[in-house]
Amino acid sequence: MTTQIRVLGPGCARCQKLYENTTEAIAELGLDAHVEKVDDIGEIVRRGILATPALVVDEELVLAGHVASIPTLREVLSGRS
Amino acid sequence: VSAVAGAHPRTGRDLRLWVRLATATLAWVVLYRLNGPFWNWLLFDVIGLDPAGRVGETIRFFVFDTTKILLLLTAIIFVVTILRSFMSVERTQALLGGRREGVANLAAAGLGVATPFCSCSAVPAFIGFVSAGVPIGVTLSFLISSPLVNEVALVLLYGMFGWQIALLYLMAGLVIATLAGFVLGRMHAERWIEPFVFEMPAGAATGPGLRLTWSMRIEMGRDEVVKIVRKVLPFLLIGIGVGAIIHGWVPESFFARYAGPGNPFAVPLAVLLGIPLYSNAAGVLPMIEALYAKGLGMGTLLAFMMAVVALSLPEMILLRRVLKPRLIAAFVGVVAVGILLVGYLFNAVL
Repeated sequence: MTTQIRVLGPGCARCQKLYENTTEAIAELGLDAHVEKVDDIGEIVRRGILATPALVVDEELVLAGHVASIPTLREVLSGRS
Repeated sequence: VSAVAGAHPRTGRDLRLWVRLATATLAWVVLYRLNGPFWNWLLFDVIGLDPAGRVGETIRFFVFDTTKILLLLTAIIFVVTILRSFMSVERTQALLGGRREGVANLAAAGLGVATPFCSCSAVPAFIGFVSAGVPIGVTLSFLISSPLVNEVALVLLYGMFGWQIALLYLMAGLVIATLAGFVLGRMHAERWIEPFVFEMPAGAATGPGLRLTWSMRIEMGRDEVVKIVRKVLPFLLIGIGVGAIIHGWVPESFFARYAGPGNPFAVPLAVLLGIPLYSNAAGVLPMIEALYAKGLGMGTLLAFMMAVVALSLPEMILLRRVLKPRLIAAFVGVVAVGILLVGYLFNAVL
């Protein structure tokens, strides 16, 4: 099944960086995943996220408020699928 | 946390990380100790510059200060990032939810310093706090102290003027954030918040969040050091360069005559100049060091620095999405008055 990954943030440089790191980690893992950027404040708030950038994997909040490195993301994502 | 790491196959990687950390710490201490002797030896013994001459003094100021500040920045950002990794905005929100104004403003100001927070999170955090029942004034105390008490500024003040001035800055920032939030809360700031904030259904976060391991925290610390140093380096070099020129060439009493602590207009002028300027603390402080040596009041200079780091246009533009212009104006006004008072106070006591 394709993993649904969302990178949430109002479009700041840190959010962009997390998005890039996530795509890179997925490519390295060869994961079947769909990555989407979410910059709608309404949706960020609805998900109860207070600190951006945040990473949501299959509707579950995985990290919020910091830009994870590619190795960390690789670990987090590989443990999940 | 370490028990988790021990049970994990990544033990080898973790061990290497700790060894590298210990080596880096040792290297740091050696470099910090050698900074002064090394440059004195190179500039005055090897190159043969005159230690009392203008050129020698200016160059020494530039290289010594650059090295020292970079070393201090590296150490403190690393330590602060690791300490902060134990805090989160969620925890802060939980701590402040349902509190009444007053002591909660002080708590919010303190948490603003301790919580890892980037101004790009200002809008979601604001809505999340309000919907969790944190009073507006308390939320504003948090949002004011977070940029106002800047860890880079704190480090640089410590490195340049000693711990007393750094502590004064920290206390002043906390007092301003506490009182400004309290005053804004008393003004019934709810009137000046965009109505959609109250209608927005804020959910609870779904998921336990990422458990941070020590290796992740160390990695975060290292990344943050690289990021901040890279970001502030140009500001820092320009700031120290200008500072070095002031240090060597501007006559001793030049600023004291026009803007010394005795001039009542010096502080308001410094704040007015600082508000539109949006620089980094790292860029402002080396100049401040040089200006202080030339007779400007410490209160005037701290007021200038606080106005530069606390009241930034980009953050105001972000907050405009949730706050009406009246509240933005009140926010800037109240914080500016607080900084003004701190400026006068420090000029009077120091």
